[in-house]
Amino acid sequence: MSETELDPRVAPSFPKAAKASLRDAQLRANVRRATDTIQAKRHKLVEEKKDWQELRESARQIRAHVLEHLRVYLEEFERNFTRAGGHVHWARNDREAQEIVVAIAKEAGADEVIKIKSMTTEEIHLNDALEAAGIHAYETDLAELIIQLGHDRPSHIVVPALHKNRAQIREIFLREMHLTELGENPADLAEAARKFLREKFLRVQTAVSGANFLIAETGGVCIVESEGNGRMCLTLPETLISVVGIEKVIPRFADLEVFLQVLARSATGERMNPYNSIWSGVTPGDGPRNMHVVLLDNARTAVLADSEGRQTLQCIRCAACLNACPVYRQTGGHAYGSVYAGPIGAILTPQLMEMQHGESLPYASSLCGACYEVCPVKINIPEVLIHLRNKVVAQKGWYAPEALAMKAMASVFRSERRFRAAQRLARMAQLPLARRDLPIVGQDAPTGQDSGSGWVKWLPGIFGGWTQTRDLRAIPRESFREWWESRLT
Amino acid sequence: MSSAREEILARIRQACSGDAESAAASYAEITRQYQQAAKLSREEILGLLTERLIEYDAHVYRARETEIAALCRELFARRGAKRIVVPGDLPGAWQSGAEFVADEDLDARELDRFDGVMTAATLAIAETGTIVLQNAHAQGRRAISLVPDYHLCVVREQDVVETVVEGMRLLEATRHLPTTLFSGPSATADIEMTRIKGVHGPRFVDIVILGA
Ligand code: SF4
Repeated sequence: MSETELDPRVAPSFPKAAKASLRDAQLRANVRRATDTIQAKRHKLVEEKKDWQELRESARQIRAHVLEHLRVYLEEFERNFTRAGGHVHWARNDREAQEIVVAIAKEAGADEVIKIKSMTTEEIHLNDALEAAGIHAYETDLAELIIQLGHDRPSHIVVPALHKNRAQIREIFLREMHLTELGENPADLAEAARKFLREKFLRVQTAVSGANFLIAETGGVCIVESEGNGRMCLTLPETLISVVGIEKVIPRFADLEVFLQVLARSATGERMNPYNSIWSGVTPGDGPRNMHVVLLDNARTAVLADSEGRQTLQCIRCAACLNACPVYRQTGGHAYGSVYAGPIGAILTPQLMEMQHGESLPYASSLCGACYEVCPVKINIPEVLIHLRNKVVAQKGWYAPEALAMKAMASVFRSERRFRAAQRLARMAQLPLARRDLPIVGQDAPTGQDSGSGWVKWLPGIFGGWTQTRDLRAIPRESFREWWESRLT
Repeated sequence: MSSAREEILARIRQACSGDAESAAASYAEITRQYQQAAKLSREEILGLLTERLIEYDAHVYRARETEIAALCRELFARRGAKRIVVPGDLPGAWQSGAEFVADEDLDARELDRFDGVMTAATLAIAETGTIVLQNAHAQGRRAISLVPDYHLCVVREQDVVETVVEGMRLLEATRHLPTTLFSGPSATADIEMTRIKGVHGPRFVDIVILGA
């Protein structure tokens, strides 16, 4: 699967790419194994957290509040970060962001940079732009290093190399690090990465990162990570450039008390990430002297303007929805043709492309709702998927090629026969429970979450146990699938 | 550049109506029903912190002020650590059992040649096994507790809280300082989702919980 293009403008449609993935038994086994492990860890830690639902609700409210007041918080962040000695730049699109980063790196005299894993820099294909300007970027996150050395592409938001197993990683390291000997335990592989990168940490004077959160009140930047490569990059160099989507801002330092708790548990199934770093601008004698934040729009304002799609921007990139998604678990990440894979990718990518590319992605889902159930900021992904399908249909008509091609995807969904049977059963069982003023799938779904109508808080018997869903959308009388298939046959 | 800024802000203004006045009121309405205060006793909290840190593969010791010098000698000997970098304001009474060098703008390569680092901490969070370091008293700048492979960190009993919420609220007062939260030695789960200890940050961590 190397050299898979993750640019929605040129990537093959999901059904086509997924078919190729489905034939790769090794890839499917690796993805299945990794997502099983991470889900089990997450499940255990979410269960022990008695106030999980309350945390989720606060996280959702804070993120929704930020989006409604985005301008206020961005300006506040800019003011405070600048006052603390940092520089803030604004980029309308990927090209502008690339140019800004290249210009800063050149001014710093850099011909190489060290990088902290960042989805945003992947989104704008920054490494290619740096390379074209004669600046080599070293990825320092272990998984990103595996991807870079293997000339591969990330397939997961949090664990980008989860489609590779230890034997494959060992092969890549042996070849690319020119080693003659290397054990095959994960610890041996991590040790090899440590040695390979240490010299770069001590030498390279310019670093590039993303950020998990920007804090408006303090002009703060927060990065969470595991390995310490992030700390190396954000502490040792002279210059640090952080490329951050405009939606990443949070109002106050105190709001971290919510996000740090939900993020680690959702992302890696840990109570806390091994390392969280928070800083505000420049601190003389401690860390980089030149601190830059590049605020990236790249169609986020268009998503913001769509009242039904807007909740997509609440995302904190934990990847829990990928791990839980029966489609992702079958196909892996590359099939999504974007750096954002899985359910969040299926809704984010087409919107970031202003519905010009990636139109098959909203169909890459069975609408089972598992993504919504695990999402720590309660993004109703199925609702947005349906909204986007309507947009595709409005643009291209009912026989949109993307939608038709999904029929060929039956193999992905087939394993979910049990799911569909349960879905029908649930429809019968819920009759007395849900109000009947449901939207008919295929028409506009209601906006906003927990709006009351059509929401089933409790389901009896088999269905309740089957999904462990806490807050489940009432099942439409006809599922999208059934309805779609009936149209075609 | 400024035109990109103006254009983005204008697009946001078009998309949402929220302004500075409505922001304050709307922020105040956010519900926070999650656990905020501690539920455990002091001894249980210290026990929980110890348990969590050990889970992460850190070693944990308890000592009183009068015992700390002897404990340090023992730990440095056990770790084979002879040259230790310390922040200039680390209490002298703690510095025993190694050659101590006060950090004065040492560069990264010099830091890399130390066997270890010894610092205090701002606070610790028991629930998550987290230690908080800030560029504040006896903790030094971030690089010194990052580059050396061994970290001996002293946290005072009175600075241990139970929940993340309590911890973050205590940090409010010094929220502008560079802050690092660490939960155990550096780790990765990037290979087959197995947590393995030790990548770039300190691979060996000893925590001393210091009683009065
Ligand atoms: S959509 Fe939700 S679950 Fe998926 S990555 Fe974003 S925050 Fe995590």
